Amino acid sequence: MSALIEAHGLAKAYGGVHAVRGVSLAVSPGEIVALIGPNGAGKTTCFNMLNGQIRPDAGTIRLDGRDIAGWPPREVSRLGVGRTFQITATFASMSVIENVQMVLLSHAGRLGCLWGLATRAERAPAEALLTLVGMLDEAGRPSAELAYGDLKRLELAMALANDPGLLLMDEPTAGMSPRDRVELMALTAGIAREKHLGVLFTEHDMDVVFRHADRILVLSRGELIAEGRPDEVRRNPKVQAVYLGEGLAYRDGRAR
Amino acid sequence: MIENGLKSLIAIAAALTMFASARADDIKIGEINSYSALPQFTVPYRKGWQLAIDEINAKGGVDGKKLVVISKDDSGKPANAVTAANELVSNEGVALLAGTFFSNIGLAVADFAAQKKVLFVAGEPLTDAITWSKGNRYTFRLRPSNYEQAAMLAEEAAKLPAKRWATIAPNYEYGQSAVSVFKKLLSAKRPDVKWVAEQWPPEGKIDAGAVLEAIDAAKPDAILNVEFGPDLVKLVREGDTRGTFQHRSVVSFLTGEPEYLDPLKSEAPQGWIVTGYPWYDIKTPEHEAFLKAYQDKYHDYPRLGSVVGYSLMKGIAAILAKAGSTDTDKMIAAAEGVSFDTPFGPVTFRAIDHQSTMGAFVGKTALKDGKAVMVDAVYRKGSDYMPSDEEVRKLRPRN
Amino acid sequence: MQLFVVQLLSGLASAASLFLVASGLSLIFGVTRIVNFAHGAFFMLGAYLAFTLTERFSGPLGFWGSMALAAVLVGLLGALFEMLLLRRIYRAPELFQLLATFGATLVVEDVVLLIWGPEELLGPRAPGLAGAVEVIGKRVPSYDVFLILLGPLVLALLWLILHRTRWGVLVRAATQDRDMVAALGVNQKWLFTGVFALGTFLAGLGGALQAPREAADHTMDLRIIIEIFVVVVIGGLGSIEGAFVAAILVSVLNAFGILIVPKISLVLVFLLMAIVLVIRPTGLFGRREGAARMSGAVVINVWKPLDLDGFVIALALVAAAALAPLALGPYGLAVATEIAIFVLFAASLHLLVSVGGLASFGHAAFLGLGSYGAALAMKLAGSPMLPALVAGPLLAAFGAAVIGWFVVRLSGVYAAMLTLAFAQILWSIAFQWTPVTGGDNGLLGIWPPPWAASASHFYWLTLALVVLAVAGLRMIIFSPFGYALRAARDSDLRSEAIGIDRRRVQWRAFVIAGAGAGLAGALFAFLKGSVFPGAMSVSTSIDGLVMVLLGGVETVSGPIVGAVVYKLLSIWLVSHTDYSKLVLGLVIIGLVLLFPKGIAGSILLPRLRRVATAREKAAT
Repeated sequence: MSALIEAHGLAKAYGGVHAVRGVSLAVSPGEIVALIGPNGAGKTTCFNMLNGQIRPDAGTIRLDGRDIAGWPPREVSRLGVGRTFQITATFASMSVIENVQMVLLSHAGRLGCLWGLATRAERAPAEALLTLVGMLDEAGRPSAELAYGDLKRLELAMALANDPGLLLMDEPTAGMSPRDRVELMALTAGIAREKHLGVLFTEHDMDVVFRHADRILVLSRGELIAEGRPDEVRRNPKVQAVYLGEGLAYRDGRAR
Repeated sequence: MIENGLKSLIAIAAALTMFASARADDIKIGEINSYSALPQFTVPYRKGWQLAIDEINAKGGVDGKKLVVISKDDSGKPANAVTAANELVSNEGVALLAGTFFSNIGLAVADFAAQKKVLFVAGEPLTDAITWSKGNRYTFRLRPSNYEQAAMLAEEAAKLPAKRWATIAPNYEYGQSAVSVFKKLLSAKRPDVKWVAEQWPPEGKIDAGAVLEAIDAAKPDAILNVEFGPDLVKLVREGDTRGTFQHRSVVSFLTGEPEYLDPLKSEAPQGWIVTGYPWYDIKTPEHEAFLKAYQDKYHDYPRLGSVVGYSLMKGIAAILAKAGSTDTDKMIAAAEGVSFDTPFGPVTFRAIDHQSTMGAFVGKTALKDGKAVMVDAVYRKGSDYMPSDEEVRKLRPRN
Repeated sequence: MQLFVVQLLSGLASAASLFLVASGLSLIFGVTRIVNFAHGAFFMLGAYLAFTLTERFSGPLGFWGSMALAAVLVGLLGALFEMLLLRRIYRAPELFQLLATFGATLVVEDVVLLIWGPEELLGPRAPGLAGAVEVIGKRVPSYDVFLILLGPLVLALLWLILHRTRWGVLVRAATQDRDMVAALGVNQKWLFTGVFALGTFLAGLGGALQAPREAADHTMDLRIIIEIFVVVVIGGLGSIEGAFVAAILVSVLNAFGILIVPKISLVLVFLLMAIVLVIRPTGLFGRREGAARMSGAVVINVWKPLDLDGFVIALALVAAAALAPLALGPYGLAVATEIAIFVLFAASLHLLVSVGGLASFGHAAFLGLGSYGAALAMKLAGSPMLPALVAGPLLAAFGAAVIGWFVVRLSGVYAAMLTLAFAQILWSIAFQWTPVTGGDNGLLGIWPPPWAASASHFYWLTLALVVLAVAGLRMIIFSPFGYALRAARDSDLRSEAIGIDRRRVQWRAFVIAGAGAGLAGALFAFLKGSVFPGAMSVSTSIDGLVMVLLGGVETVSGPIVGAVVYKLLSIWLVSHTDYSKLVLGLVIIGLVLLFPKGIAGSILLPRLRRVATAREKAAT
């Protein structure tokens, strides 16, 4: 299976501190890949290099065979990448359905049009997407009024609206209650499998990760220390050391 | 200090009631000035024209008709002045327009008057353009123009031994044309004069120290100053401390006017050659009468603005009396060549360019009993300081 | 060499005074994010109070005591102002506080006149510092030396307060992240009051310290406010060190600049700001405004295009307006025409401010370009009115294209200040390029041809064009492009992620808004028969903002309501009282307190919504 997105040797340093060093990864269509690691491991930096928010110092990123390293996010998204954000980013002044319509209009290249009522455009596809995530009833509501869980679902609908092949999701369940988490990830995974999408997501919640990920990538201190299927990763001693500690901190009185 | 405010409010109320009681056979005069923007000038100016109106109406008005002044504020903005002019002409049905202070406002109203075919007697605006390059048949102007004042000062300047001259003037049309006319006239009289430095601080924002040092660096023998108001105050104080004016002659526009001289109090510069208004020192019967009437009514001394306001209404009354009607064309015909009395003596509106022959006092600044005054003042007649008729005709647009 | 030294010293002395006032503004803005338009008024109050007090109390103790007292009094007034007025409107949309401070400025200007009278008031010189000292054979005023020493002293004191006191640490934290500070349980109310008091104290001190150098007069506030804003922006909002460096840069450059180009003072400070902002978009020492934790103008009521009812109402209003010549005489129609013109002006600004989220302090530049474009077409090319009415908007659109290209590369208040810089640069070009623009005497004789010259004909022409343009703007707001513009405002992150090029979208909005304002300007030229540089002045730009804010920045019809109310009020007031500023200022403050969402936002829309929901209920 040819990969949707492939990165080789990604590196980024901030003033001498290597946030990410020599990371390579790939996601194939239909695959759900989780990127995990303790705080400060470089997950967000990695992620943001893939979606174009940060320019990598070194390394290549190929999406659909095209080298996209350093491309701005809007061009990356046009290649068929859908995104959700850790802190939901939606258009607060618009209604729920208008949010989805925006993505559809952008995808259709119609956002330069100075006439016509935007609120009538792409209505049917927008409604279909809302139905998919179970938000059709809320279509006319101001998105600023939504409960947090609903916002996440709206975001999912928006991420799917530009017919992506790849979903990049930054801590998709952040801030949610356990039950909502389960529901949201089940929904997401279901849709991804059905549409044969590739998904790369970062996460802190290990239950979510182990339940849904096909493959897990573990970062620590900017480097990839483990990669593989969930059960492999769970047994990996390096991973265990990173998460559970080696108890070395106090052994010789030296801090690591 | 609150009294000033209250007095102003009472004055406004009085003016408004005057308007409210206009009757059908009264003659309405529309007056516009920068009341809120320039109270320093306009408060005494209003007192001046009110005095004149009272005097005229006390004698039965013009042809038995009382004069009523409807006065509007333009906040110092030409756009507002045009609105006010419109209101006066369209709504209030005034017979003519009068007033304005700033040159650009005077020009805007003059253009409006030409468009709407209404007589406009400008009081204060100094720009030569109002009677020359942008003159029209509907507009007359009372005060001596920039040219006249520059000519009067250039005459005095030519008598000085100074050869190296520097100029300081506010960076807008008035300042620019004051300097250019003065330069032209002085160089004509004294070809040996060299212009060694010039400074153009923005109006209201002078960095006096920097400007004075820049001037001083050129080592001029004499300085022409066109700054007035708050800029003048800054300039004087800085110049005094730095000694820029020591051993130098200074020729200055308008500084002798009480509006600009009095705020300087005991720090007034001494020995500057200025145009102005030495109200305490004019011993003519016309002025004494005016001074007494003004002081009796207002318990305050007149400023130059007072003379302008007073003379303006006297001039308008004379036009109306001579025309015998409020028909604009008849008034214009009457205004050309009409003579009337002012505190400075008889004045005429010239037919050739609608400029009045009112002159100005030229003298020197000095300190007397800790107060700033003008001394050795001589009244210069406006008509003596005009270019030839031929030149004037060339300057005016052919209408 | 001599000249170099004295110019340097002169510049440094001016810088000290400028720094004092600017530091207060920087502090206030840095913490409260309020664009304190009234800062110049506090400066002016300091000068007047210092005059009165120093006249009263003589001797060195009396003098310096008066200075300090004047500053303290101003600080107290500032605190009072903050507590009584500003506190109530912190929750209001961004820039709304601008209205309140603008109203306060107007009030203070007339109050100062009422209390102190119209004359300039020159106070005594500083005792002991009235003379000069010899430096390299030249006399330098002792007071200047005092100021030069005072500047760094105040900087050091402020630094100590901000870095070594608990309160100061909180202030600096609030500068970086206001919401976090509040979340940490700091009493935000008193922090803000304290900052405002300190900021206005500094302004008052600056004003008081100017008393020995210049007379107090009632236009001081306007003369200084723009300059200190510029200094603060050049230095970087919230940075005291930045204000210090910027003040020195501006004053010293000016002191030397006039040696080379004597007329440069007019435009130097704005050129400098434009250059700095293009190179360092957040000023010399400023840092990027931290992303607001709550997204900007959170609008709960979603904008909807006019439904049938709304359309009918709009049509009825236009018809009523068209019938105005039956009721109004020529003057009334001229006023109505002017109101219509400014409705268009406000509507075009609304596209930028409300829809695009781009505050602009320089929108009058496009009004002016429209006016001059039309006037020059007539005067230089002899074109009749209708082509001139096209030339004006074209020139304005071109100007907007150039200016907008730069402005969209900045954000927040910096972008707004860059628009101000460009507007002022254009203004000074209009002011100085006398052969072409007529300088400050303007261009005259721009009158409509006979068929459009009567008041009613010109009114109908204007009404038709304005209605078309405003309808067009409204259509654009609800078009996909309008939504894209709003999307870019709502969430930069999300709009970028869905493929929207924010800069391009906002640039296009600039051009559209500029063209709209340009049409308004062209019509304005023919209404008044003349064009003056004042059309491009800051006060006209601020008027535009006031109209948009007054109407309600979160609504679509707001600018129309705001323009009508504001214009009617100001024209009527100027015609009926010499104290129009006082009344207008009080009215604005009153409106701000009563209608924090603006007039349309608070009154009309809730009412319309109630009607709509009642209808729905009745229908079911």
